[in-house]
Amino acid sequence: MTTVTTGAPDRADTDSRRPSDSPRRARREGRAAWGFALPFCVLFLAFTVWPVLQSLYMSLTDTKSADLRSPFAVDLVGFENFTRAFGDPTFLQAMRNTAYFVVVGMPLTLGVALAAAVALDRGIHRLRSVFRLGFYLPVITSIVAVAVVWRFLLERDSGLINTVLGWVGVDGPNWLGDPNWSMPALILMAVWRNFGTAMIIFLAGLQSVPRELLEAAEVDGAGAWRRFRHVTLPLLRPTLLFVSVTTGIGYVQFFEEPFVMTSGGPLNSTVSMSMYTYQQFGFGNYGYAAALSYIIFVIIAVVTAIQFRLLRENT
Amino acid sequence: MSTSTQNLPAPTRSRGAVSSDQPRTRWWLYGVLSLALLVVVAPFVWMVLGSFKSEGELRQSPPTWWPQSGSLDNYTQLFSRLDFGTYFTNSVLVAVAVTAGNLLFCSMIGYALAMLEFRGKRALFLTVMTTLMIPGVVTFVPLFVLVANAGLVDTLPGLFLPFLAGPFGVFLMRQFISGLPKDLVNAARVDGAGELRIFLRIILPLCGPALATLGILTFLGSWNNFLWPLVVAQNESTYTLPVALALYSTGQNSTQYGLLLAGATVVVIPVLLVFLVFQRKVIEGIATTGIK
Repeated sequence: MTTVTTGAPDRADTDSRRPSDSPRRARREGRAAWGFALPFCVLFLAFTVWPVLQSLYMSLTDTKSADLRSPFAVDLVGFENFTRAFGDPTFLQAMRNTAYFVVVGMPLTLGVALAAAVALDRGIHRLRSVFRLGFYLPVITSIVAVAVVWRFLLERDSGLINTVLGWVGVDGPNWLGDPNWSMPALILMAVWRNFGTAMIIFLAGLQSVPRELLEAAEVDGAGAWRRFRHVTLPLLRPTLLFVSVTTGIGYVQFFEEPFVMTSGGPLNSTVSMSMYTYQQFGFGNYGYAAALSYIIFVIIAVVTAIQFRLLRENT
Repeated sequence: MSTSTQNLPAPTRSRGAVSSDQPRTRWWLYGVLSLALLVVVAPFVWMVLGSFKSEGELRQSPPTWWPQSGSLDNYTQLFSRLDFGTYFTNSVLVAVAVTAGNLLFCSMIGYALAMLEFRGKRALFLTVMTTLMIPGVVTFVPLFVLVANAGLVDTLPGLFLPFLAGPFGVFLMRQFISGLPKDLVNAARVDGAGELRIFLRIILPLCGPALATLGILTFLGSWNNFLWPLVVAQNESTYTLPVALALYSTGQNSTQYGLLLAGATVVVIPVLLVFLVFQRKVIEGIATTGIK
């Protein structure tokens, strides 16, 4: 607080001119502004900007956990960490796993969210806020608690999911123990946990679709699907872009689900890029881990750019 | 704004209006949505019910739904044999500190970015926005080194200091304050009020909705955060709830299902209640900023 007071002298503005005309006033305003910005800037420099730069430097070195006490023993190795990553079979597997998760999980999440949003917006009048709240609950729940519960639900023999599948005559798989089913299980969980956020944003976007347009289409004889496909969806494009970008950024960093559910197993079938990076950090390979994290950053940027391309075009 | 309208129940529709375009009550849709709601909420219900069951009952196949002989054993164990009281307190302290820091610091810089002119404003805002896109893993290692070198491993400040002010809060507060009429500020200046006074007396009182949204989202984020505390809290005395639960669920207690379910309930239910109280504010905030 003390920093603010220095920037904001309580002196009355004696000038009769309009405030913005006075250069002295402008200088004072500038000082006050930096006073307000200062506490954030200090924290931001220390805990965000500095680590980001430090990480970039580390990625070009062979820093290991033992080097932290003697920073001068570290050697610059250029792009060696980066080339090593692309020859590292586990990291390549992690890239494939992450791609699997994003390519299957993202459309599923957005699809479920959009269906729920449209149903809540157009289909029903009553209990809207109850459904909205219920669908949003998993979002605010601790992933650790979720993991505890879902491990039970996904159990081979006594789990709730396989029990319910059994009622309809399906012999449920050993979800988390079978390399072919572990990723689908995590995707299922991720959709459950994340569609609420996307649904809320879709609901806000649907408000901006003018009712008159939909009514006009109905008068012209367009059925529900065609109204959705040719009226609602095109108008929803900005929202769709926004939701898929934010969801994409989150899903490329896919980490918590495998971390708490499978530790990346069985047989590395659920190791994600972030997960592998974290493991390398745990092994003390700081330089390599930093390089991997920058690879993830670049991939996020590329995925985001692709989405802008796809959703901006053919409007 | 957009969300508040849809909270209103049906009567907003006027009677005399064209009635053919009003969808009939679609009972099948209520059916589908109710089924979906059941699927989404079932894990929570099962968790809470399970926390009252005995170990034997939890191992039965097929699983039971309602506890056969409900007891509070799991909870008494949680707080007597294990130290969940301490973990709970730690979680609250860290979350309160993080929330208070974000509310204060982000609204301050948000005011500067939205209402004041100064050199470097654009560059500052762009830098902050860019870091919104940087994945957490990038800063993780150097941040840990920094905190370790400062001797803050295994302390509560080590848990909350790095998160006292985040770019999301800056974005949210700046957007909100930009929407306030600038004339308010100009008029106060003409009356001779200093910037600090304007901020405290005029701007902050109008920021209620944004502060509520930011406060709740920050609190929830901090409460549920577990990767950072998992690395920084190495001694039981500084564990937060998710750390404790994560370690117990993989450690020697990993087979005590009832205990784990009770622990999960203790992690989930308090924030669930907080959220139920403030849900409208949170949902509005998400709808307008789009970030959870």
